[in-house]
Amino acid sequence: MSKSETLTNSKERYAAGVIPYKKMGYWEPSYEPKDTDIIALFRITPQKGVDPEEAAAAVAGESSTATWTVVWTDRLTACELYRAKAYRVDPVPNTGEGTDMDAQYFAYIAYDIDLFEPGSIANLTASIIGNVFGFKAVKALRLEDMRMPVAYLKTFQGPATGVVVERERLDKFGRPLLGATTKPKLGLSGRNYGRVVYEALKGGLDFVKDDENINSQPFMHWRDRFLYVMEAVNKASAATGEVKGHYLNITAGTMDEMIERAEFAKSLGSVIIMIDLVIGYTAIQTMAKWARNNDMILHLHRAGNSTYSRQKNHGMNFRVICKWMRMAGVDHIHAGTVVGKLEGDPRMIKGFYDTLREPDTPMSLENGLFFNQDWASLNKVMPVASGGIHAGQMHQLIHYLGEDVVLQFGGGTIGHPQGIQQGAVANRVALETMIQARNEGRDYLKEGPEILQKAAKWCSPLQAALDTWKDITFNYESTDTADFVPTETASA
Amino acid sequence: MMTNHGNRITQGQFSFLPDLTDDQITLQIKYALQNGWAVNVEYTDDPHPRNTYWEMFGMPMFDLKDPAGILMEINECRKTFPNYYVRVTAFDSTRGWETPRMSFIVNRPEKEPGYRLIREERDGRCMGYTIVAYSTDRPEGERYS
Repeated sequence: MSKSETLTNSKERYAAGVIPYKKMGYWEPSYEPKDTDIIALFRITPQKGVDPEEAAAAVAGESSTATWTVVWTDRLTACELYRAKAYRVDPVPNTGEGTDMDAQYFAYIAYDIDLFEPGSIANLTASIIGNVFGFKAVKALRLEDMRMPVAYLKTFQGPATGVVVERERLDKFGRPLLGATTKPKLGLSGRNYGRVVYEALKGGLDFVKDDENINSQPFMHWRDRFLYVMEAVNKASAATGEVKGHYLNITAGTMDEMIERAEFAKSLGSVIIMIDLVIGYTAIQTMAKWARNNDMILHLHRAGNSTYSRQKNHGMNFRVICKWMRMAGVDHIHAGTVVGKLEGDPRMIKGFYDTLREPDTPMSLENGLFFNQDWASLNKVMPVASGGIHAGQMHQLIHYLGEDVVLQFGGGTIGHPQGIQQGAVANRVALETMIQARNEGRDYLKEGPEILQKAAKWCSPLQAALDTWKDITFNYESTDTADFVPTETASA
Repeated sequence: MMTNHGNRITQGQFSFLPDLTDDQITLQIKYALQNGWAVNVEYTDDPHPRNTYWEMFGMPMFDLKDPAGILMEINECRKTFPNYYVRVTAFDSTRGWETPRMSFIVNRPEKEPGYRLIREERDGRCMGYTIVAYSTDRPEGERYS
């Protein structure tokens, strides 16, 4: 480990001009983070010839107090406290010499808690993913993980409802919830849209969902959608005796319009509303507070995240979005399926799901979790698995994703050859059968296909679903994979 | 008659499956006990989806660890209230949960007439919805005779 190169002579340190960030106090290898520090882990690809420690110091500097040149006004502040400190730089396995990739480094940077406004994701992110991502000294930069101190988490509301209370309100325990997104995602009139919702809910789903880009378009204005959908929800509830819901997407051009739509959803008796990630952190936090105050479950569709989370060398990892969204206060978030059509390595997805649901998550490099994280009693977020999944994968879905998850079979319900209700029946029967088998202690992952076939003998809609989608899998390589693989320890 | 799949109320974990046999119920109880959850038996003749508080058939069996004993309690409840809904729940008292982790119906009235949907027309095209179980038109205890 290299030594600190911080200039300790004030005259040298504050002489006008440009000095390396390392010498300014942003590289402190002996620094031990305080329990109250916020820690960020960046993957840095330095420009050619830039020393990795200097690059890490530059990231620390640019994401906290530094500018490109020395300023004497630092001396009017407790600047040593306010400087973020890069304290550890590790080479990323399988990069650099001997590989076809530029050398990358994991840089650990600690920030004093007073650098951030309490309860504001916007303020936190303005520093951590602000100017620094365009900084020339690094070729690419990716925010991989963050450790949030309990003291800081306690300034956030957290999920408006949480998994426990959501289940109690819905009176649904012991199995994943079932959903579907209305398809086609664009073009249906309000009246036709409500038809899809009614059929799916009556058939046995718990939720139906607006898609991320269903807001208020010429073919269906939002009030019309809300009115028809709530007719469908209530009619289905009366037909089954279950609490049912539809995520009414209230995403709109202004906050005022969003609040107006949320209020209307509430007045119609909806149990859940929905927002898109693209509305921004402050809008999300505003709606989370509204949802807490109005007994509403808040669903978040992660529209937009793959623009910055998918490529491994630049942007940010989705696990950080999971952390921020749990703090911001959403109740549901799409977090991957493992087996479906969208990006998702099983270990990475486990890391996301644990981050959303567990009371604390221990460091687990193979699952992409770089820090121990105590969640300070913030509610659990319900992950949502959506995109290219079907009843025939039920054993895998339960194995990988567990019980506290919404499984969304959009095409897998609406595309059923016997109709939407039968599609929903197939999914619900597959789900209940597999939960029963799991609880009975069977090796359901291995016996899954057999268990489903047996149920299909008395449930023809399930048979039709299995026949229709039997060969559908999406076996593409994931781009966002672990840098560390678990190694077997040799036992004597 | 209800017109949904199975022509019955689909609350609980296993309403889409054929009625569980005693052996199948026992396996579910074992699962609850393995997890350290307390099994509870409840019954009602008011199947409204938001009727949270079904009547308790005794206290939750915090200390009973024998699946056969619990099955006896369930069967006792079914015998006492043959024409009621009976559900088995499993309660998890660990921190962060403190809530039911399982809930499934093990007994139903012979006929399930379902629910009436009442629409209260309001301003504009807004509608106020109320769901009423046909059975609850009659007093408690006389609903499914």
